[in-house]
Amino acid sequence: MESAVKERPMQSSKPRRGATAEEMSARQKEVSVSEFFVKNRHLLGFDNPRKALLTTVKEAVDNSLDACEEGGILPDIAVIIEDLDPRRPATSKSSRYRVTIIDNGPGIVRKQVENIFGRLLYGSKFHRLKMSRGQQGIGISAAGMNGLITTGRPMVIHTKPSAKQAAHHLELAMNTKTNRAEVTLDKETKDFPPERFRAISAGTKQLSAEGTFLSPEVFATGTSVSIELEGKYQKGRGSVDEFLELTAIANPHARIIFVPPSRTTQEEGDDLLPGTSAAAAQEGKKEAPAQTSETGGVVVYPRGVQELPPETKEIQPHPKGIELGILLQMLKDYEASEKGTLYDFLQTRFCRVSASTASKFCSAIGVTSRTKAADVEPPDVEKLFKVFEDERLAPPPTDCLAPIGVRQLLAGLLKGVKAEFYAASTREAAVYRGRPFQIEAAIAFGGDLPADQSARVIRFANRVPLLFQQSACSSFKAVEETPWKNYAMQQPRGSLPVGPLVVMIHMASVWVPFTSESKEAIADYDEIRKEMKLALMECGRKLGTYLRKRQKMRRESERRDVFERYIGEIAKALNAITNEDAKRLYDALLEQARKKTAVADQQLDEDGKVVREDDDDFDDEGVILVPTAIAPIEQSAPIAPISFEPVATSKATSKATSKATSTTTSKTKSNAKAVGVKKSSAPSASMVSETSATKSHPAIVTKKELAERRESNASSSSKPDNSQKPQKSQKTSSSGSSKPFDDNDPRLF
Amino acid sequence: MAKKSIAPSTSASKPTSGSVKARDIATQRKILTLAEEIVRRSLGGREPIVQIPTRTKSNTIWNKKKGILEMGDATAERPLFDLKTAKQFMQTMLHASTIKDLIEAQKTSSLRGVFYKAKHTVAGTKENTFDTQDESDPILEDLEVALGALREELHVFAENRGSMVGNITIVDKGDEIDCRRMGSGGYALPSIVEPDIIQFKKCEAKFVLHVEKGTVWNRFNEDRFWEKNNCILTHGAGQPPRGCRRLLQRLNQELKLPIICVLDNDPWGHYIYSVIKQGSISLAFESTRLAIPDAKFLGIRAKDFRECGLDDAVKIDLTDNDIKRAKEIAAYPWFEAHKGWQKEINALLSNGFKMEVESLITKDISYVSETYVPERLRAKDWLE
Repeated sequence: MESAVKERPMQSSKPRRGATAEEMSARQKEVSVSEFFVKNRHLLGFDNPRKALLTTVKEAVDNSLDACEEGGILPDIAVIIEDLDPRRPATSKSSRYRVTIIDNGPGIVRKQVENIFGRLLYGSKFHRLKMSRGQQGIGISAAGMNGLITTGRPMVIHTKPSAKQAAHHLELAMNTKTNRAEVTLDKETKDFPPERFRAISAGTKQLSAEGTFLSPEVFATGTSVSIELEGKYQKGRGSVDEFLELTAIANPHARIIFVPPSRTTQEEGDDLLPGTSAAAAQEGKKEAPAQTSETGGVVVYPRGVQELPPETKEIQPHPKGIELGILLQMLKDYEASEKGTLYDFLQTRFCRVSASTASKFCSAIGVTSRTKAADVEPPDVEKLFKVFEDERLAPPPTDCLAPIGVRQLLAGLLKGVKAEFYAASTREAAVYRGRPFQIEAAIAFGGDLPADQSARVIRFANRVPLLFQQSACSSFKAVEETPWKNYAMQQPRGSLPVGPLVVMIHMASVWVPFTSESKEAIADYDEIRKEMKLALMECGRKLGTYLRKRQKMRRESERRDVFERYIGEIAKALNAITNEDAKRLYDALLEQARKKTAVADQQLDEDGKVVREDDDDFDDEGVILVPTAIAPIEQSAPIAPISFEPVATSKATSKATSKATSTTTSKTKSNAKAVGVKKSSAPSASMVSETSATKSHPAIVTKKELAERRESNASSSSKPDNSQKPQKSQKTSSSGSSKPFDDNDPRLF
Repeated sequence: MAKKSIAPSTSASKPTSGSVKARDIATQRKILTLAEEIVRRSLGGREPIVQIPTRTKSNTIWNKKKGILEMGDATAERPLFDLKTAKQFMQTMLHASTIKDLIEAQKTSSLRGVFYKAKHTVAGTKENTFDTQDESDPILEDLEVALGALREELHVFAENRGSMVGNITIVDKGDEIDCRRMGSGGYALPSIVEPDIIQFKKCEAKFVLHVEKGTVWNRFNEDRFWEKNNCILTHGAGQPPRGCRRLLQRLNQELKLPIICVLDNDPWGHYIYSVIKQGSISLAFESTRLAIPDAKFLGIRAKDFRECGLDDAVKIDLTDNDIKRAKEIAAYPWFEAHKGWQKEINALLSNGFKMEVESLITKDISYVSETYVPERLRAKDWLE
């Protein structure tokens, strides 16, 4: 090695590489924001064709929902994806789509259209602290830009800000150099909502005829955005379908219609999300009335509640949530605009700073209430910043937040996820970095959910579903850190719980700290994660109570099975030794067994758990049970009825042998007693038919179901009587038993 | 070696059919009492329970005076309505019923036969009442202790195990058997050797040499050891079964023959000796019939490696389990107070290896039967 180094000639004589400062300065120039994002489309969520399509839909839908809510209009949104290249070869990885989102919001005044759709970082939401879906004002313009880059086609906008006036029809192409939109077409039109969409497919035609698709009455005002882009439409995780599905869960007040493209790119099979209604629909399952429906390929997510979420207020920053640099900037802005005192500045530019608090702050840094903000020296500002940190202040107001609410969370989950147990909880508002936020969590357990996989986590921020970068998200970490083992769930060390579980987390905040501009994951602040964990633990406790109770019932039921399995054998053996009537022994022992395992009969409505009677009956605890979805308790083997034939040596019974009497269903204690009495009067060759039907039922039931069950028991136990031929077979027909009687079985005589 | 001469004795205790009948009636009554109590409890709404004396070490008492293990008074409840015991309860009832049938029919059955008689699918399920004989045999032992009746009284017997040859003539179910004329296989020891089945007709032997297993026994038999030394030669195929132990005990008690054991030099060999001498924990209730407190342990001894000049090749390293076992045995009360045995076990532990009887073959094929045992007998070099 050493010699090799020595042999190598030095290269010091080569001409100098690189450039001089002057040469470099010639190449240094401002980068426009748009240019930056053209090169870094992935930061905004346009990494690949499939995601580009989703992001386009997502940004437009978010904007539409925000606009509607701000305008006080119940959102009615149509999402239409047209395949512009339907005859492409099957092998093509992507296709050209036109995405159109039409809302019934307040519309946009003409002069703002270019700014809103054509400029990055232009919007109403960035400069204020208010809970809304969009934040930076990047989304829709970035989507338009992506479309322009991939297809060269401009964005088409129809907007109608007034019901009485005509709509504007514009086509915008963004100039990435100037970060400005170039208007290529600008005219007035009466065609809003655009007529042509009504005839786009059989489904839309049908819905239009019914007046439920883009009806002019509903869309008196509104905006329609069409973007052409290179994309890929495929169902499954991270798809437009999942996004809309989850959006519908988090926005029960919105009605969303989705017209998917005629052709799906399907090189791999669709991985449908387990337990969602989309999956259920694919399985051909019948949906409950107020649920997602499909007409000729058009999916309608109906409106679940008729009220808009409470209007959220804009708030001033909280002193605790500010950074020194921002404080300096705020002071500078204040000097420029108001030229007022620090005392006034503190009161007007912050929340939770009263007059007395403001004067306290002033005196703390040694200035009077009349000191101009401009006269405060940077060292004093730093001092002020420290005072902020130490002062005990009321947390920021929380009326700026609009949580989804326990009831709506449950309704949303119930609609989208087929499970047996649902629980939800909403935390009190909390603060991170001076910004109020509120965490909600909901869980769904059991039912159709896959039992052998890790729990599915669905995440929302300000009602917007987060579909990517799950593991980078604070909520995901919170789920992992929640001690699910305490709630009778399995959880491999430091990872998601395993079992039939869906965990939903929603963060509502005036400013959701995303890890990137594409808004895919919530940044991991301790305060946020702690709140998430607490919300999850609240849900978890409810689940734990439920599961433990269920386990106990299951155990008891298994115990009963074991006992009942052996009782017949014991009765026969004792009969062989003592001649005591086997039937009588069996009944007596059965009664004891049932008493010992009485827990198995309990209804879950004890213990504060509510047995759901109908869909609208939610209880206060934020828990829903769907008993019909509960998997029946597994049984080792169905227990066929045990038959006791009169034993030949039994003198007492010999008389009655010829009159083999009818079936006796020994199901309840009273029955058992009745049989006992009967035996003493006429010891007969009574046979017991254990209605195994009662066992195959789950232990948790609705009252209605119980009633039905009783009826069916009654009818099934009476059936043998009816069907038995007059010449009466010695055998009892076993009603509801899966294992028919084998007449040749020697043990059954 | 015992010089005491024994008058050939013929057991006169020929059983009459009447006494057997009386015994069976008594057993029947015991079964009925057990079952009736359960019926009473069941119908009275009380939980059915079988009381079974516990056959564990904690319920075993060392009777120093008699030199045998005895069973204590502790019993365990076997309730029906307990997941741990529900199946055993059912099995106990099934066996009780089977035994009642056996006695009624005046037949006997092997352990395996009883297992098969009671084995069936629980009505309406896929579960068997018994899955293996290993489940069935302990239930029968439970019944023995619960009823206070011996296995033969329950009309149940085990497989024949162990062999006997030697200067003795016995009568087995009326057939006279001359144990000098048993060829190479010997007389197979039945599991029930009570006086009503087997009587000693004529015995010239002066002692019994009991060896651990068949291979060693073959060596002695081939070398006509019993003829040369005027003795009876037995083996119990490892841990001797009840039939073998009972026969040894009867030979010892009735014919006053010393029992001399040649077992391996390992904890297992020591344990076999302990069982022959004092009785076992699981059969402590039968110790009075089975234990032979004056049985002697001739070899092989820890010192033999040196004394006989054995080759290193015969050493088998003690496993951790062996060491644990040896220490347990050393702590048995009947060994604890015995200096010779403490020394012997310590010698085994300090050797760090064990030896089988066969290791003596390295000296000479017949070294064990022609040199080793005769020399030791002459020297009365044994442990008691």
